[in-house]
Amino acid sequence: MLEKNNTPGKLIIVEGIDGSGKSTQIDLLYKWLQTQGQSVYFSEWNSSGLVKSTTKLAKKRKLFTPTTFSLLQCTDFADRWENRILPMLKAGVIVLADRYAFTAFGRDVARGVDRKWVRNLYSFALQPDIAIYFRVPLDIAIQRITSARAKLKYYEAGMDLNLSDSRIQSFKLFQERILNEYDRMVDEFNLTIIDGSLTVQAQQRLVREIVKQELKGWKGLPIPEGSPHVRLQAEISAETGGR
Amino acid sequence: MSEPIFYGAGFPYRQIEDLPGKLVVLEGSDGVGRSTQTQLLRHWLEDEGFAVSDTGLRRSEITQKGLEDARKGHTLSRITMSLFYATDFADRLENQIIPALQAGFIVLSDRYFYSVMARDIVRGADPAWARQLYGFALKPDLTLYLKADVTDLVSRLIHGRGLNYWESGMDISPHNNLYDSFMDYQSKLIDSFDQLSSEFNFIQVDAAQPVMDVFAELRTHIQNLLEDQQPILEEDF
Repeated sequence: MLEKNNTPGKLIIVEGIDGSGKSTQIDLLYKWLQTQGQSVYFSEWNSSGLVKSTTKLAKKRKLFTPTTFSLLQCTDFADRWENRILPMLKAGVIVLADRYAFTAFGRDVARGVDRKWVRNLYSFALQPDIAIYFRVPLDIAIQRITSARAKLKYYEAGMDLNLSDSRIQSFKLFQERILNEYDRMVDEFNLTIIDGSLTVQAQQRLVREIVKQELKGWKGLPIPEGSPHVRLQAEISAETGGR
Repeated sequence: MSEPIFYGAGFPYRQIEDLPGKLVVLEGSDGVGRSTQTQLLRHWLEDEGFAVSDTGLRRSEITQKGLEDARKGHTLSRITMSLFYATDFADRLENQIIPALQAGFIVLSDRYFYSVMARDIVRGADPAWARQLYGFALKPDLTLYLKADVTDLVSRLIHGRGLNYWESGMDISPHNNLYDSFMDYQSKLIDSFDQLSSEFNFIQVDAAQPVMDVFAELRTHIQNLLEDQQPILEEDF
């Protein structure tokens, strides 16, 4: 259970395993909301400047255990939460997050940390107004990942779990565990499921429908005349890059 | 320590057998003399033939640099700071303290998560959240709490390494100077320590005594703990 969002802002997040298409969808949503004249802020998982070099070092030297991985990613989230997401929500901005606490609940538990422990870690976060879970069969996700990108990274493939010597096989087993955790969370955190095997456009139509419903009659932070999004965009460009 | 006891779930993905070593924690305020005592204890124990490993806050290979940079830039918000320090602690526990205990070492820990938790709570963290956060922490064999009052601390620091930003709680201070801020912040920390003291079975040692008297008292407590271990008898040459 996460506390209800009582700020004037709206929190919209997307979740799903790697290759589920969620980033494409939230990017389209982001652009659409901007053209609708909304104040929107976008935050990506694992993108805090404060923690970046630490994460990089630990990944490179393979120093993470499931617990330290979980704690450092939560540090990253907390930095974004305290300095970006929450202030934006309080100001009445629509905050879009590509991945949220549920990513940690999926991945960290798949790595073997205690389910209750990791839920306590993130208990300072608010329940999103909309949480969309892009559910996609494992085979499709793997096909998308392996055709689009060069090589699966060590932690991405869950190689630290010693599930298999093959990166693809390890990735499969790891993602399977994560899928199971997501399925548990659908009711627990009221996730809205979208079928990630539909066409991009069909999915986006559904996303916009859900968002329109939520924003009906709602007024966010007005945009000053003549300077749409300038400051928010500057921050986004400074923050993108990590995944 | 033989069978490890954790405050919560511990490390569920890892099978931890009996730990033949001993975990001894030195707790207490900034400037109370912990590092001096740690050094004295280390020499004494090694002299007695024990293998000793020591550890202290912010010494994790993972977080050391990042945490130093963040402290220098004064850019740590409250929850972020709690979690960054918890990462440091978890890394040292899993990769340093537990392996040393497995190898039969006496681990001297200059502070433990209690200090970090006390600070977090003074900064407004939810105490229940903080306790659950450290559910992975191992229960020490002995926690020695070097206790001094704030006037004693301030005189030690002013005649020592000086007052600094974080130890004075300047990040949460309404004051315009380090002194007032230090007095205010460290008094709150001492209150917070006192509250943890009974919950976590601290043994209080009066840190206002001369260094060698404090050392003697600490030694007695550690000797009691090591009672079951055979001391090496000095042989005549």
